[in-house]
Amino acid sequence: MKPGTRLKSAACDTEVMVIRTAGGTIECGGAPMAEDKPAEAAALSPDHSNGSLMGKRYVDADNTYELLCVKPGKGSLSVDGVALVTKDAKPLPASD
Amino acid sequence: MNIALLLEMAADAAPDRVALVCDGKRWTYGDLLAAARGAFELIQESGVDYVALLDESSEASMIALFGAALAGVPYCPLNYRLADEDLTALLGRIAPALVIGDEERVERLAGDQGHTVYSREMFALKAQETWPEGEEREYDPGEGVAVQLFTSGTTAAPKAAILRHSNLLGYILGTVEFASADEDDAALVVVPPYHIAGISALLSSTYANRRIVMLPSFEPEAWLKLADNEKVTNAFVVPTMMARIIEKLNEGVSANLASLRAIAYGGGKMPREIIEKALALMPETGFTNSYGLTETSSTIALLGPDEHREALASDDPKVRARLTSLGIPLPTVEIEIRDEDGKVLGPNEPGEIYVRGEQVSGEYKEKSALDAEGWFPTRDAGYMDEDGYLFLSGRADDVIVRGGENMSPGEIEDVVLTHPAVGDACAVAIPSVEWGEAVGMAIVPRDGHEAPGEDEIKELVRSRLRSSRVPEKIAYVDELPYNEMGKLLRRKVKDILAD
Repeated sequence: MKPGTRLKSAACDTEVMVIRTAGGTIECGGAPMAEDKPAEAAALSPDHSNGSLMGKRYVDADNTYELLCVKPGKGSLSVDGVALVTKDAKPLPASD
Repeated sequence: MNIALLLEMAADAAPDRVALVCDGKRWTYGDLLAAARGAFELIQESGVDYVALLDESSEASMIALFGAALAGVPYCPLNYRLADEDLTALLGRIAPALVIGDEERVERLAGDQGHTVYSREMFALKAQETWPEGEEREYDPGEGVAVQLFTSGTTAAPKAAILRHSNLLGYILGTVEFASADEDDAALVVVPPYHIAGISALLSSTYANRRIVMLPSFEPEAWLKLADNEKVTNAFVVPTMMARIIEKLNEGVSANLASLRAIAYGGGKMPREIIEKALALMPETGFTNSYGLTETSSTIALLGPDEHREALASDDPKVRARLTSLGIPLPTVEIEIRDEDGKVLGPNEPGEIYVRGEQVSGEYKEKSALDAEGWFPTRDAGYMDEDGYLFLSGRADDVIVRGGENMSPGEIEDVVLTHPAVGDACAVAIPSVEWGEAVGMAIVPRDGHEAPGEDEIKELVRSRLRSSRVPEKIAYVDELPYNEMGKLLRRKVKDILAD
């Protein structure tokens, strides 16, 4: 999968842009994400239902995966079952 | 990923929020996205290699920036202040292009180059009226070049610096929190569209969902009036603009700037006297010095508001000196100072500034200037103090080499500028039979003062620096040659001293 790929959640409204990725499975709400939405929605796993926030970047502990949430939803993001965490921008004091 | 995503997300989150105010017209994020999609259709139909702008800032510059991105065609705003001959050459380098702006001039200069030309009004109108028909559009994935800017070319032919979608997005995603602006926030944008600060201002404000208030050409009273009327909260200026704004305020031009929380400046060296006056005149405003280059997608180091106030209030000369520093590097980039052999230097050792990071393109159409490890040699000379504050001494090419000793013009200028009768000063290399190069100095006497004698200036430099820095030749002039961005044209000062 290439950076810039847009992935959709099978379990909620979440959509992400892939900034960095490796070989693992990117999931939302506990179900694998794909470029197209499945015909039938997957169930939202209670373990992965903290929600995703628009405009937040999500990374794993090693920084090998990075996703940008472009549409929020109820599911939370994970890779191979391990939850991703938000990476904050370091806002400039309005420099331009 | 494509930079148009920034506008798509902004329009998704707040379609009805005002995105842009220009010439009395207001555009929402929804309006702008629709127009950018219309522009995509126009660009696709025309089959051009570039989208160029030959105009001041307007809604057309924003629509063109994002429309070109959607189409996967580099956006290339041109400097409309260039002489006909230079502009003809640049237009030739990007033909065939869809050119927006001065139709008459494009026809006259490059009528035979195969360009498609629109006036500003016609482009904006057509972009709004054109709707995607039929099947869903495949917009460009954004793996290529988003923006091409010709460098100002003060020494040679302008170079075509290219910024990829990944460079610009690296900068924005790393430094701007999505939709972080309040409904009342407004940024006054006055830098020309062909300057990197003009591009990054549009991208940052879009992603923050901040209202952009555009002033197509700078005039201090118009700037103050617009800041007051639109209750502007943030603004970016170049040092010469700041000086002229302060002049107007001192003359008693009244403007309510109560909402102006932040002013950032950059693009040239800010005279210490000007920033001190600004801090005194606007005690509630936060000032930020931002340092960056075209090739680095804008800011790579900055001196923030608190550091300005701390430096101003400090008795410690080291802390006080930071008022004229570039501040500290952004956490998202790495900066090193290296000598001519590429050796990394320690604190306070002067050399060339190198930078590395996602936002750093360091790439020209002809070739990349990055080294094997991804470092970009900025050609800016400077040093970093032991606390990580970066100081700029000038362009590496401006360094004066006298008998094998490297001297920074800035160091000598700073000393001469402490003389109460000196208003402005510039040191350049002049040819010397004995030393190869020696120090030449152009001095502008301060208004209402008698020009200080040559011996006085020489003695001042000798007493504060080494004798090698003492100017061998001094010329007195009414003013120094600056370009419209406030960059001192040292090449022209050399010409003055050659006479």
